[in-house]
Amino acid sequence: MASIDVAAKDNTHEKQTEQLETVVIRFCGDSGDGMQLVGSQMTNVSAIFGNDVSTLPDFPAEIRAPAGSLAGVSGFQLSFSSHDIFTPGDEVDTLVAMNPAALKTNLGDLKRGGTLIVNEDAFDKGNLAKARFKSNPLDDAGELSSYLVHKVPMTRLTRDAVDGLGLSQSEADRCRNFFALGLVYWLYERESRTTEEWIQEKFDKKPEIAEANLRALKAGSNYGFSTEAFTVHYQVAPAKLAPGRYRKITGNEAVAFGLATVAKLSNRSLFYSGYPITPASDILHELARLKRFGIRTFQAEDEIAAMSSVVGAAFAGELAVTASSGPGICLKGEAIGLGLMTELPMVIIDVQRGGPSTGLPTKTEQADLLLAMFGRNGDSPVPIVAAATPGDCFYMIQEAMRIAVEFMVPVLFLSDGYIASGAEPWRVPDMSELRPLQVRHPAKTNGDGEFLPYKRNEKLARPWAIPGTPGLEHRVGGLEKADVTGHVDYSPANHEHMVKTRVEKVERVADSIPEQDIDGPKSGKLLVLSWGGTYGSVRQAVQKVAEDGHSVAHAHLRYLNPFPKNLCDVIDSYDKVLIPELNTGQLRFLIRAKFLVNAIGFNKIEGKPFRVSELVERILSLL
Amino acid sequence: MSAKLPVLTSKDFASDQEIRWCPRCGDYSILAQMKKVLPGMGIPKEKFVFISGIGCSSRFPYYMDTYGFHSIHGRAPAIATGVKTCRPDLQVWVITGDGDGLSIGGNHLMHTIRRNVDLKIVMFNNQIYGLTKGQYSPTSPLGARTKSTPFGSIDNPLSPLSIAIGSEATFVARAVDVDIKHLTTVLERAARHEGTSFIEVYQDCNVFNSGAFYYASKKGVKEDNIVYLEHGKPLIFGAKRDKGIRVNEGNRPEVVELSSGISEDDLLFHDEQAPGSSLAFLLARMRHPEFPEPLGVFRDVERPIYDRGVNEQVQSAIETQGAGDLDELFQSGDTWTIE
Repeated sequence: MASIDVAAKDNTHEKQTEQLETVVIRFCGDSGDGMQLVGSQMTNVSAIFGNDVSTLPDFPAEIRAPAGSLAGVSGFQLSFSSHDIFTPGDEVDTLVAMNPAALKTNLGDLKRGGTLIVNEDAFDKGNLAKARFKSNPLDDAGELSSYLVHKVPMTRLTRDAVDGLGLSQSEADRCRNFFALGLVYWLYERESRTTEEWIQEKFDKKPEIAEANLRALKAGSNYGFSTEAFTVHYQVAPAKLAPGRYRKITGNEAVAFGLATVAKLSNRSLFYSGYPITPASDILHELARLKRFGIRTFQAEDEIAAMSSVVGAAFAGELAVTASSGPGICLKGEAIGLGLMTELPMVIIDVQRGGPSTGLPTKTEQADLLLAMFGRNGDSPVPIVAAATPGDCFYMIQEAMRIAVEFMVPVLFLSDGYIASGAEPWRVPDMSELRPLQVRHPAKTNGDGEFLPYKRNEKLARPWAIPGTPGLEHRVGGLEKADVTGHVDYSPANHEHMVKTRVEKVERVADSIPEQDIDGPKSGKLLVLSWGGTYGSVRQAVQKVAEDGHSVAHAHLRYLNPFPKNLCDVIDSYDKVLIPELNTGQLRFLIRAKFLVNAIGFNKIEGKPFRVSELVERILSLL
Repeated sequence: MSAKLPVLTSKDFASDQEIRWCPRCGDYSILAQMKKVLPGMGIPKEKFVFISGIGCSSRFPYYMDTYGFHSIHGRAPAIATGVKTCRPDLQVWVITGDGDGLSIGGNHLMHTIRRNVDLKIVMFNNQIYGLTKGQYSPTSPLGARTKSTPFGSIDNPLSPLSIAIGSEATFVARAVDVDIKHLTTVLERAARHEGTSFIEVYQDCNVFNSGAFYYASKKGVKEDNIVYLEHGKPLIFGAKRDKGIRVNEGNRPEVVELSSGISEDDLLFHDEQAPGSSLAFLLARMRHPEFPEPLGVFRDVERPIYDRGVNEQVQSAIETQGAGDLDELFQSGDTWTIE
């Protein structure tokens, strides 16, 4: 039996320190327990210490499901390491469960022999019933025998720690998360200073609450130090990341930073319109704060208006962007079609979540690729790019805007719930690494004294003439246009010409994007082809298999439409192609259609990222 | 600024496109009055933008030699909000119809008006879907027999002005397509108003709903069926100007004869600038045939303007926080260095 009875032992204070490379820890509790908060605090502290970090927040769609219920469990998983890591980890090393419901829903991810820290005070009759436990699992030796269990009376110890501050019981109990955090900080030798400062600042106006949280944090740490139960604590050395200045970044933050960068470097203002939707809303929140970069934000009355106002802003000459998730992108389809018909530049961000319909609002999925590709009436191609990691969002959103402006076309940018809310260390770019966007508006007519709004350049882009320019008055709209003049034209030959021109224009984007790069041998038995937020797990899995001497390579697509020009050759260089996706096989559908190859799928549709282990297993089965 | 502007005429605003409305459509008159009004605004031609949705009325931008956008069904107010928010220097007009504005685009119309975006919205109300060839619209009267209501409409209509007033519009007016002089005045006042202007124009669809507004447009009939609103003046109407509108003890409007011991002082006096919207709403509820229908400006008040507010916030952020600095942004929060 691994469970240790705390109270019965003497305290000797003899503690060993053990070195670890990578640790995966998960905090879970009620959605009101502050698990996201302590998780992100530990992320900050670990990142500042110099570990590589990767996170997976996992919270319920309900803001406050009934306290103690299974539906209300909120979790935050963090991996920190002394080397490069790509994912928040498959299996959890240390699980902190604040109540029975959290234990029930998360125990399955704790590895055999892993550390389980529970708030035993929360395992009362009521909570056990809500979590549908017939008996208390903490009393039952069998159930938890494969884990190293620490039953900690967190509620009682937190109340004791804040005693004398005049807090109500519920106020005192709200400090329990910091007790848990303090204990984990001790366990992994984390420096708590950053968190202490954060508490001071956050509760600046409520000094007694600040003091209570500080005391809880300290009490948790002291508990680890002074209790016999914790005989070992662990060190994870800093990682050897590329030199530079780092910060933690989530995908949504990186999108906002990227857009601020586009605006600033091109010396332009930017218009962002959105309608609140999980998991895209944080982009609106971030940008709304960045007004000093000349960013105007508009919270529209609905998704349709958000998209339509972006079309209007683009017509007016503005760098224009909107973001949503699948359900919102469905509603935007009509105005995206208008944007591509009027050939105006704009970027549409889809932070994908589990679908269809309302689906799984807070869970990740990559099932909107075909929506991005085909989700409009008529033959209506748009360029599509997808970010691979949180930090990659910074670069790919700028790339999306570049393509939009250069080719006068709406561009779809695909992110997903996993990279949008997940965080990683991000090397702050040097200003010299960033390139401004070239934006031009004609000031003169382009055709014998008259202005021809659909006269194209070598990229097939039409001129972006904007209202307020004398002599270039013209009309655009959703009706089919005659090429060159832009007049309404329903003639059969013109329509075919225009449809093909819009297709060709998107295809020519391939001339302006990098060729597909490959990690691993340039030819061999198996190519693993992935896209979007699965980058980390797939890269790690392929590397692991390759290290064992297998003939396998990894290509990760960031450009989904058009594909990089060499992709066909890349695919042809391997005996087999495996396409792992968090959907039923949408990229596989496109690859098969485009290149007539028998691509093999590995598909998971659980609202969760891939585990490295399941990828490894699948890859090995093909070698 | 006193830059000299070229003198424009209505011809300068005519595009080279062939007009494709049906002969005798009420839209022609609205187009003609618009071209008359714009040259007097003291704004260069390139600063005007016309944005429409879908429907017969929405072809309007093609016939104006200004910047124009013939967009998608119902979305013109949202598109125009994007244009005006980014480009406060432009005068932006929205051309819509009863189906476009009140049915498929009702949500955008309501929210644009409540925000008080500085747009001039002209709704051509012909109580029918003309472009799709004759289905009933949200303003078609009960009982209307149309292609989609062969047994008569059972769909209760709404009043465009009630919607505008209910959405806290700062400028609300009504005009009739063929009442040229009055229409011109109303368009001009709408153009000069700061904030959302909403004008309903009774427009005759002579193909699918001919004569729907004859009561308000035909000489010899209309005099008893309409009452012109004038700020600070009593509501008097009738061919002989012998009838008026009085508000009775139950706070309801009633038609009274001026000859029967009732003087002008007893009548309802119009106040465009009344702080509340009750009067405007009361006027909007006066419907034919029970009442003469008011024409003119129902409401003209001031309220903060959305697009101006957006730009002021950006400006003030730059003034108080300084222009955005990327390096500072990237390094905000906790950072660390790896050697």
